[in-house]
Amino acid sequence: MAQSTLAQEPQVKIERSGDKVTARIVGHWTAEHAELVESFAAEIGAEADQHHVIFDLGEVQRLDTLGAWVLDRTRHELGERGQAADFANASPEQQILLDEVAYRGFQEQPKARHSKAMDFLVDVGKSMAGAGKDLVDGVAFLGELVSALIRVVVHPRRFRGTALVNQLEQIAYRSVPIIVLISFLVGCIVAQQGIFQLVRFGATPFVVDLIGILVLRELALLLTSIMVAGRSGSAFTAEIGSMKMREEIDALRVMGLDPIEVLIVPRILALVIGLPLLTFISSIAALSGGGVTAWLYGDVSPDVFLSRLREAVSMNTFLVGLMKAPFMALVIGIIATLEGLAVEGSAESLGRHVTSSVVKAIFMVIVLDGLFAMFFAAIRY
Amino acid sequence: MLDRHHLPIDRNREVVIRVRGVEVGFGDRTILNGLDLDVYRGEILGFVGASGQGKSVLTRTILGLVPKRAGTIEVLGRNLDDLSPSERRLLERRWGVLFQQGALFSALTVKQNVQVPMREYLNLSDRLLDELAMLKIEMVGLKPDAADKLPSELSGGMIKRAALARALALDPDIVFLDEPTSGLDPIGAGEFDELIATLQRTLGLTVFMVTHDLDSLYTVCDRIAALGEGKILAEGPIETLLASDNPWLRSYFHGKRARAAMASDS
Repeated sequence: MAQSTLAQEPQVKIERSGDKVTARIVGHWTAEHAELVESFAAEIGAEADQHHVIFDLGEVQRLDTLGAWVLDRTRHELGERGQAADFANASPEQQILLDEVAYRGFQEQPKARHSKAMDFLVDVGKSMAGAGKDLVDGVAFLGELVSALIRVVVHPRRFRGTALVNQLEQIAYRSVPIIVLISFLVGCIVAQQGIFQLVRFGATPFVVDLIGILVLRELALLLTSIMVAGRSGSAFTAEIGSMKMREEIDALRVMGLDPIEVLIVPRILALVIGLPLLTFISSIAALSGGGVTAWLYGDVSPDVFLSRLREAVSMNTFLVGLMKAPFMALVIGIIATLEGLAVEGSAESLGRHVTSSVVKAIFMVIVLDGLFAMFFAAIRY
Repeated sequence: MLDRHHLPIDRNREVVIRVRGVEVGFGDRTILNGLDLDVYRGEILGFVGASGQGKSVLTRTILGLVPKRAGTIEVLGRNLDDLSPSERRLLERRWGVLFQQGALFSALTVKQNVQVPMREYLNLSDRLLDELAMLKIEMVGLKPDAADKLPSELSGGMIKRAALARALALDPDIVFLDEPTSGLDPIGAGEFDELIATLQRTLGLTVFMVTHDLDSLYTVCDRIAALGEGKILAEGPIETLLASDNPWLRSYFHGKRARAAMASDS
């Protein structure tokens, strides 16, 4: 295949007789030798000055679409300059190919042009409209969810207990190890940095207040919500999205089953039950991490840690963290479901919506936490 | 169109794909068991077989996507097992593949898809790159405005055509088509068959076509090979297969749908 490429290189032999120029095309006029083919073709065009050009294909060994295209293009360009140009001695196969490629100019498709500033404004407008639509969709979906919940309460037989238990296992039970691990580590890190700062004021024991309040009010909940949004929210979008893609949701609907009741109520209930449980576990893990670090770095022994902790935190510190959890669960669940239901036919669309589900859920969890912080500060709880 | 049914099969014609004693299996399941097959230069070979019998497996084995346990495969006179990686790359330039779902790169436009193999293997000027891509796109019957579309914006038939344009990008000697007309409506499928026959004549292609479409078998295939029980059950022009007394072939070619295809063809 590769051997003796030199012998097969394209060549052109130009002969003049009277007012005719004969260009004898020799060798392989194929895509492998594209550069040579193009330069020889240009040479023919240049040599041809005002004569009748004949392309003699009698000695061509191979001709492919590229060779035929370039030859026909040259012939066409000569024709445009008012010169006659013809092919001679083409084999039937070569003639078919030449006819098939038949040179014509390809016009560039006109592209719509916009100014950059205009594009930017359009993007901003679109994303604002998108955010507004997300909010409206979210509220509408919350309404649907509540009405489905009421139907389930009125007809308890329609409640899917097995699905709920299964989802609780997936969402809560299976994420315990990872949540315990990251909470413990974050507890350690916060305690360590706290000690480094507080030791300058000789106030090392206050690290217990720092950890206790920070973990119980904010950190445990945020860590858990973000973890659950990444782990369960994405799984949730992917499951519902792939069911949507394969028309399984439509199949449920035509069987007279309500997809919200069957698929979504158990998942969101499992989130609402599971997230507070996980938040509690996360709090304990983070406090333990803080305790261990305080002991190692700040010489705060465990019994001192525990007694200071009892003074530092009150019941409401603990409850503030815990009572936010179901709201976070609801936000994560609603975003994940809406993104899942928005999936269209393709796998790319599924991937896009899973990503956007996680990003939106984490964003909303943090925004909501900020609103809660302002609210609890306002009511001095 | 020339009558393809009565082309004489010349046993001296050049064999471009020679499969001998190929055995392929997954785990303890043997799919192909000592399969022999010849594909001659310039023919359109239709490859049929019941679902799950390994039609796609054979195609993928020839292409080197599935490892084989035994046997030899020669393509264009070269044993695939003896090739060095660089020889293999040279060989791969000489075949084009149309995958069942098109397998167009979703991030690229149709034109860029066609240009991928050209950019990779050929040294073309920008002008020629654009012109050749547009030429291939027109050759497969797509409108020029399809060139700047993304695969997600195309219909099923357009995806098949665009994928065929990509398969033809390097002027291959052999084209593998995996169920080219599946998922197309009968009119679209008929047009696609016509297109394959036309391109086969103009470009002198050898076409290896896995298909279930009886109309394709009747209208464009020079020869048909039927796969069953890991071997070739029968091969030859359609008359040979019609005359076969293998039960699967009988029900395949003499069922209601087959009779309808035969009636519409004659």
